[in-house]
Amino acid sequence: MSQPSSSLGKDLVGLESLSAEQILTILNTAEPFKEISERRIKKVPVLRGKTIVNLFFEASTRTRVSFEFAEKRLSADTVNIATSGSSVVKGETLVDTARNLEAMRIDMVVMRHGSSGAAKFLAERIPSNVINAGDGSHEHPTQALLDMLTIRDHYGKIEGLKVCLVGDILHSRVARSNVFGLLALGAEVAVCGPKTLLPRDIAELGVTVFSRVEEAIQWADVLNVLRLQLERMEAGFLPSLREYNQVWGVSSAKLEQAPGDLLILHPGPMNRGVEIDSDVADGPHAMILHQVTNGVAVRMAVLYLLTGGAPDTAEAAKEGAEG
Amino acid sequence: MDEQAVQRAVARMARELVEQNEGPGNLALMGIHRRGVQIADLIRAEIERAEGVEIPTGSLDITMYRDDLMAVGPRPVIGASVLPGGGVDDRAVVIVDDVLFTGRTIRAALNELMDWGRPSLVSLCVLVDRGGREFPIQPNVVGKILTVLPDQTVEVSVPDLDGRWGVDIVSISNPAPEVEG
Repeated sequence: MSQPSSSLGKDLVGLESLSAEQILTILNTAEPFKEISERRIKKVPVLRGKTIVNLFFEASTRTRVSFEFAEKRLSADTVNIATSGSSVVKGETLVDTARNLEAMRIDMVVMRHGSSGAAKFLAERIPSNVINAGDGSHEHPTQALLDMLTIRDHYGKIEGLKVCLVGDILHSRVARSNVFGLLALGAEVAVCGPKTLLPRDIAELGVTVFSRVEEAIQWADVLNVLRLQLERMEAGFLPSLREYNQVWGVSSAKLEQAPGDLLILHPGPMNRGVEIDSDVADGPHAMILHQVTNGVAVRMAVLYLLTGGAPDTAEAAKEGAEG
Repeated sequence: MDEQAVQRAVARMARELVEQNEGPGNLALMGIHRRGVQIADLIRAEIERAEGVEIPTGSLDITMYRDDLMAVGPRPVIGASVLPGGGVDDRAVVIVDDVLFTGRTIRAALNELMDWGRPSLVSLCVLVDRGGREFPIQPNVVGKILTVLPDQTVEVSVPDLDGRWGVDIVSISNPAPEVEG
């Protein structure tokens, strides 16, 4: 009857440690979950009785709301904790916060944190499932998964496609997760951005480096345009926003030079007129709102798969729903 | 049951469904993933051939509604659930499955169906009723009633998954199929 999925293990910390099979399992599982958000009653009893804490130490609207919808549509009970107004501001450590939550019998933690490695740190210390919703400049796995699902929706595959990440690669957890995931699935990956915002050893990851966005547009099937965090300019990485827009910004004039079909992704929130022009963001190439819709389905898939327990119970899953 | 026996049973089931519903007009079929989907398709073709009207047909994957979902190990793969054309509201929905055993699948299917809308009537049509119910659920239309020993199970074969139509009783300890007619 129903075949078991390949196990993800206890946590989703990043895509670097996942196999192509595990990533494909998540993308394939997201497919049936898309339909639930189109129903009149947008709820299935998959996580009934599970308690999930959304622990956000950094500002987030899209990711937090997307996780919350995913959790609620799977019937989980959810609690949101933001740093302001929590005991974190009183000096409590991360592990103490989590242990106190566990003492109230939670099942999962979805965490965003400003420090790279925070999700792994927490996952190793508490028995609840931990999902990384972005940790410092390390990884943001569910964002890369929803990007890949959006690409696959359009092209029907990932393997063999040319995907270029444009912008601030150095500080971007979205870029890192995309590089790991896309390479695992057999895509060709490139990065493009000012030298000051590219990691020095980026080519070692197996990606091509373009120094001009026009070259990337000639080459790519997909451009994933990253958000320019405005504080980077103050830190001296960039001379001015206007110059950034003229050299690195994706405009419809530059896109006219694309030889074929070209998808534009953006993880949001967008700085219109900086890394992406308005007519591109609202234009026919842009899949930005499609990404947001897919985000809920991908997160439902991850939540569902992580409740799966240990691989040695695979036999039990094989016993189907006969009857 | 061999292919001919299955076809004959399905032809009769299709007639009974139309008769019980006083015509095919308001019927919608929902096959349960995976083998029920093919049986629903066969019933649909049979009704359309005999009555000359189109029967909206959808499919249900009940995985997300299983009562043992959290007890099983790695998550089962979820198939697609597809609403029949025109939805289920105010229709006479027929749930179609291959084997009726404990009734738990049907309980799950009913819950999923209710999340999709409000049918005017729901009935149950199965190719094989093997007894052993754990829930108060009974079929309206049955292809064949089989008596099955505790160490035996019923295997329904459908062309898309198994390459042929057939119903076999196999013993669980020794899974070589013995054809049962």
